[in-house]
Parts: sequence; structure tokens; C-alpha cells
Amino acid sequence: MTLTQHAAAGARSAPGRLTDLFQLGLDAPICLTWELTYACNLSCVHCLSSSGRRDPRELTTRECKQVIDTLQRMQVFYVNIGGGEPTVRPDFWELVDYATAHHVGVKFSTNGVKITPDVAARLAASDYVDVQISLDGATADVNDAVRGAGSYATAMRAMANLSAAGFRGFKLSVVMTRQNIPQLDAFKAIADRFGAQLRLTRLRPSGRGADVWHDLHPTADQQRSLHAWLVAHGEQVLTGDSFFHLSAYGSALPGLNLCGAGRVVCLIDPVGDVYACPFAIHENFLAGNVRDDGGFETVWRSSRLFASLRTPDTGGACRSCGFYDSCRGGCMAAKFFTGLPLDGPDPECVQGYGEAALAALAALAAVGASAAPRPSVDHSHRTVPVTIGRRRPPQRGCDESPLAGFAAP
Amino acid sequence: MACAVSTEPTPFDLDHPWQVDPRVSMRPEPFGALLYHFGTRRLSFLKNQRVLAVVRSLADHPSARAACAAAGVTEAELPAYTRALAALADSHMISERTPA
Repeated sequence: MTLTQHAAAGARSAPGRLTDLFQLGLDAPICLTWELTYACNLSCVHCLSSSGRRDPRELTTRECKQVIDTLQRMQVFYVNIGGGEPTVRPDFWELVDYATAHHVGVKFSTNGVKITPDVAARLAASDYVDVQISLDGATADVNDAVRGAGSYATAMRAMANLSAAGFRGFKLSVVMTRQNIPQLDAFKAIADRFGAQLRLTRLRPSGRGADVWHDLHPTADQQRSLHAWLVAHGEQVLTGDSFFHLSAYGSALPGLNLCGAGRVVCLIDPVGDVYACPFAIHENFLAGNVRDDGGFETVWRSSRLFASLRTPDTGGACRSCGFYDSCRGGCMAAKFFTGLPLDGPDPECVQGYGEAALAALAALAAVGASAAPRPSVDHSHRTVPVTIGRRRPPQRGCDESPLAGFAAP
Repeated sequence: MACAVSTEPTPFDLDHPWQVDPRVSMRPEPFGALLYHFGTRRLSFLKNQRVLAVVRSLADHPSARAACAAAGVTEAELPAYTRALAALADSHMISERTPA
């Protein structure tokens, strides 16, 4: 989300900084992420939700509309719809129309596979729908290495269609990696060419991202240059508040600069499970399900997990650090999935405390004394082909009979 | 208050009629209100109940000055409220109304 910083009035009667108020939670989220399906035509190596196959327990069209009714009642301004690839749901456009008709704005993330010229024209006509095209390399080689062969061409074609339809200001969304940080200016040029706005987000070790994080996350030097680049581009480039841990370099980036998990944001997954944030699909961060009595509203207002996230945190091991007020200890999900304690430094702490903590953890893991938690939900495409209806010839006799080759004495 | 004014807002005409932009959704909160503009896709906030009362009633008054007076804003407080309204106008959360 983007927060304009300048509409404050009546400073004397304010009970505290706005971020302090947000830290304690709101009656309703400002926006939330809603992943409509785990089905996806791609298998990105860093997928935060380990998507691929549809879950048979997916919310039905009727259940999705009930969720939208609830969001309208709670005055949630907009939902970030994602997946999986949300547009592969046959009722996707029906749900988008239902949400906007009920004054719930929609921003959806897509790899572009369904953004034909017709769809682009339709999207360009609505004020209440925003589109975010995912691209993780400014060149096909860098992008396709992470998102799969042909995915660069798909995204570029979708953006060309949106641009030709006159859609201005759609988002080009990039997850920053060690491989694409040198391409920052090239991403900006692509966004400018299509009349889009660039949105950069942080790579988290969530979902399949846990398997590749150590190879893909930016180096310390790259983080510093990214911060400088973001400061130089100000509000022209969006970050969804995801780089607030970089504020400890000294100059804060535009936005709230706080972890909104369970306080101002949350995630509804395709089967209706409500998690504290999109990067925390794990039972430890599961607050409830929209199918429970009272629905989403009750989960948001009464879950014990969210209540605990809304209590002021003590800062733990970071309390004595002079930069704690800027970064607030960083990202909860990044700590959790790298195996670090939640009340300690972020693994990418710009003061270097995270690296030291990770090194200590690696030493423990080497003797089998520690392991980072694994995501508890996995819908990845099966990579081992399954043969149906045709039996493979037996490799060994005992594949056919447990007594094969057995000769009684 | 930590929220700094990032750019110098354009002068605000208190004697003109104003309204909340039709594309803005406003949600009351214990501290004031959150505002979201569907056109610019930006979020903003009102920091107390009085400024919320002013903004909400803009469309019912012939001028922003009259809306402030009706909400009990004193002469001494008026400059602070003018700055807040100017910031809201700058971010297109409120817009000038054509007098009926």
C-alpha cells in the first residue's frame, strides 16, 4: 500500500505516532491479500505459496462472494488478489466484478497468461481494478531462470496489451534477487515504456523460496545500493513497505515502515485459512478460517494469534541496538523461515547482526542440532511423472511377488 | 508528530466550496479516519475527530471556512486546519465543488 505522509492535522490531540497506533491493530485490515487458488501454470522457484496444483477444498464462488460481503461490511478498501495464478479460476472475472460492485477495490497479481487485448481493454475501463504483472528479470535469461521458460515473453505481451488498451499506471512487480538487482534501471525503463509503475518487493524465504533463498537473496553490498536507488526514486517506485528493514541505514523509505502482519494486513488462502501475512503460510501463523463461525470478521477481531501480534513487542535481542526504532527488528517471516528467533535480528539486518546469527545457526545445523521450519502447506507441481493405466515392467522379481526368488530349504 | 510535510502545498482557498472526492472512501477509526482514493490508489488519514467532522461536512457548507466554524474550530486553530485541508486537496482527497 502507499501512504501519503502529509494529511495529518491537529497534531496536539494525537495520542501518538500513527505507526504506534497501527502497531496495536485496526478494527479491519487496510487491505489484505487473498490468494484465490493454488493452481498455477508456472512453477517459479521462489513461489511464496508453493503453488502449482489446485486444492480440492478451494472456496466456492458462493463462499468467495460471502467473503466479499464481509469485506464490504468491514470497509476494507481493497484486496490484493493473487495465487497461484488467480486468472485461471473460471469464476475469476465474476468475482472481480462482484467485489468492485460492492465497493471493494481489486488489485490482482498475474503472470499475464490471460491478459489478451480484449481483457486489457476491459481492465482499462475500470477505476476500481488495478493489475500487477510479475517479472523477475529485465531480460529473458534472468527472468526465465527463476519463473520458467517463456514467462518473460508472456509478461511482456501482457504489458504491451495493457499499454495498447490505454491502461496507465498498472504495476510491474519485481521480486529483488542477487541476479536482478544490477537491472534496476532496466526495470524502470520497461515500466516507463509501457506507462506502468514499478513495484519492487523483497524476496522472502517463504514457500519454495526457502529452498533458494540462500542463493537468491541480495548481498549486503546489493542491499546498500538498492536502498540508495529507492531513496533516489522516492514515491515514483512502490515497495509495498517491504524494505522497511533497510531504514536502519538511516533514511526511511516512503510508507509506514512497519510489519503489518495481523495488525493492518493479513492473508486469506485459497481454502479460506487466514494467516498473519502472505509470507507466513505456516501453522504457527494460522489465525482461523473464513468457514469458521463468525467468518473472517471474527477471525480478524478475536483470534488469539492476532491479539498477541497486536501487543507492543519488547524488541528482544534487538532492544539495545540504536536502530531498533527504524527497523523494528525486520520481517517476522524472514526470521522464521531461516530458523532465527522472532525477537532477534532480521536475517538481512543491515547492521550485520542477521548474518552473524545465521552463521551461528549453520554451525548448529552442521551437527544436526537445529533446522529451519518447513512450510506446512505445499501445492507444488509433482515433478515425478505419474503413469496411469500402463504398468511398468517389473524391475526385480519381488516387485511381482514377495516370494519371488525364495527357495525353501 | 512524525509525519512531515514532504512538499509545500499549494495555497488553499478557505472561502471556496469543497467536497470529499467522489472516488474517496472514508473509514472512521478511533484516532480519526482512514481515507483511500480509488483513482490515485493512495491511502491517507485524518488524525482526530474534529478534522473528520470538518471533512465530512464540507459538502454541506458554502465554504471550507463555514465547515470549520460549524465543527467548532477556533480562529487560533484555523491555520492548522487550513494546512491539513491544503494537504488533502494536494493529494486529491478533497476537491473544489462548483457552486450550485
